[in-house]
Amino acid sequence: MINKHFVLLHQADNVFVCCKQLAAGSLTTLETVEVAMTTDITVGHKIARTEISKGDKIIKYGVSIGSATQDIVFGEHIHMHNMKSDYIASHTRQSRTGEES
Amino acid sequence: MKGYLRADGRKGIRNVILVTYLVECAHHVARSVVADSTDDEVQLIGFPGCYPNEYSLKIMEGLCSHPNVGGVLIVSLGCEGFNREQLAKTVEASGRPVETLVIQQSGGTRKTIEAGLSSVSRLREIADQTELVPMAMNELVVGTICGGSDGTSGIGANPAVGRCFDKLIEDDAICMFEETGELIGCEQIMAERAITPELGVEIIKSVEKAEDYYTRMGYGSFAPGNAEGGLSTQEEKSMGAYAKSGSSKIHGLIKPGDIPTQGGLYLMDVVPDGDPMFGFPNIVDSAEIVEMIASGSHIILFTTGRGSVVGSAISPVIKVCANPETYENLSEDMDINAGKVINGEATVDQVGEEIYQLVKEVAQGKQSKSEELGHQEFVLTYKKFEGIGPSCLPTIR
Repeated sequence: MINKHFVLLHQADNVFVCCKQLAAGSLTTLETVEVAMTTDITVGHKIARTEISKGDKIIKYGVSIGSATQDIVFGEHIHMHNMKSDYIASHTRQSRTGEES
Repeated sequence: MKGYLRADGRKGIRNVILVTYLVECAHHVARSVVADSTDDEVQLIGFPGCYPNEYSLKIMEGLCSHPNVGGVLIVSLGCEGFNREQLAKTVEASGRPVETLVIQQSGGTRKTIEAGLSSVSRLREIADQTELVPMAMNELVVGTICGGSDGTSGIGANPAVGRCFDKLIEDDAICMFEETGELIGCEQIMAERAITPELGVEIIKSVEKAEDYYTRMGYGSFAPGNAEGGLSTQEEKSMGAYAKSGSSKIHGLIKPGDIPTQGGLYLMDVVPDGDPMFGFPNIVDSAEIVEMIASGSHIILFTTGRGSVVGSAISPVIKVCANPETYENLSEDMDINAGKVINGEATVDQVGEEIYQLVKEVAQGKQSKSEELGHQEFVLTYKKFEGIGPSCLPTIR
């Protein structure tokens, strides 16, 4: 755990995983850099550990879990709105592509 | 630890009487027998369809001759396609008492229910004479599944089950994991863990088959709750699910109903062979649980993040909850709080040890939470499989 809200699962990862909910606007320190959350982050969700460019792999557990579909800034929420599978599309109750959940 | 000694030498940790219906038309009668019986260990299973199917017969044979089962009542309408004679023959050959009631020949609903209640009492009397003998850890078969996964599953619960699996395999127990559609992206690392290169090739092929099958169905094995819980892609879910398998070598690739005989870790390929024919490979978690039980699992370790509450007929289900918020909300349904890992209150090793100890207790008769609450979910539908190839079960150790 890097602080009480986030955990780094593998040194090669470019994401942190939330282990305690954090509201939009809250400040948190990620490996010495302070950043404000731009959205509510709930348990199990990911935020960026670095700047990530469109097309870059998202790395979690030390392996690729998909690709960024847009540029992502440090500390930003990473989910179906800005990344996609390299294998098979994900779906939500409302849609198959995951635009809205 | 003690087990019920069956004629084939396998040992059970429960002594269940099964009432099984062979078509939906016989469901009400079978359910009424179970509901009206005063015996707590009479359980209902069944198959809904009227067309015959090799897979469902094989699974039903595996279930009705499962070590946890002491006797079977078959309830048939009479005109359905299910091969009731073959099923009865298999149960009889397994040394268990079996009776068949055909509603069309038994005077209808009320009379068949009455006859069923007498059958169940007779079956129980015989099952109660089963000898209880010492049972070792290397005679135990444990399966694992994840359901209602979220972003915490791969951090707490799944790796902890993996540690438990490693310990069980050190004891030479049989462990199985499954759902190749939820292992998409993990095929190369799994292949490297195979005990032979040929088995590795078969594992890669099974995951490629899953990817192709799910792509053609138009959906991955990915539910809306997975996304709400922070999982973004199939391969992210896969990496979390994969952790359940622990770090042992993979000893074989089996299909539903195949029963491993040597200790070790087995991957179950649950995706049908050939062109998609009967729909989604597994319509719901319970279908996968049933398949692992048909392959001999005495106990199922079920990891969850969002919070599944299911149990199963025949074999106890132990629930391991990864998400601390879910655990607080659904603690009555959860056997193990793996949310302690993400809260920093326990290590994965500690929770793995906790699961391992609970497996032993449940094997010795302690009821799991889902058993206590009366959960006996059961789903069996149509599928089509070819037999496994010779490379799938290497004999070298």
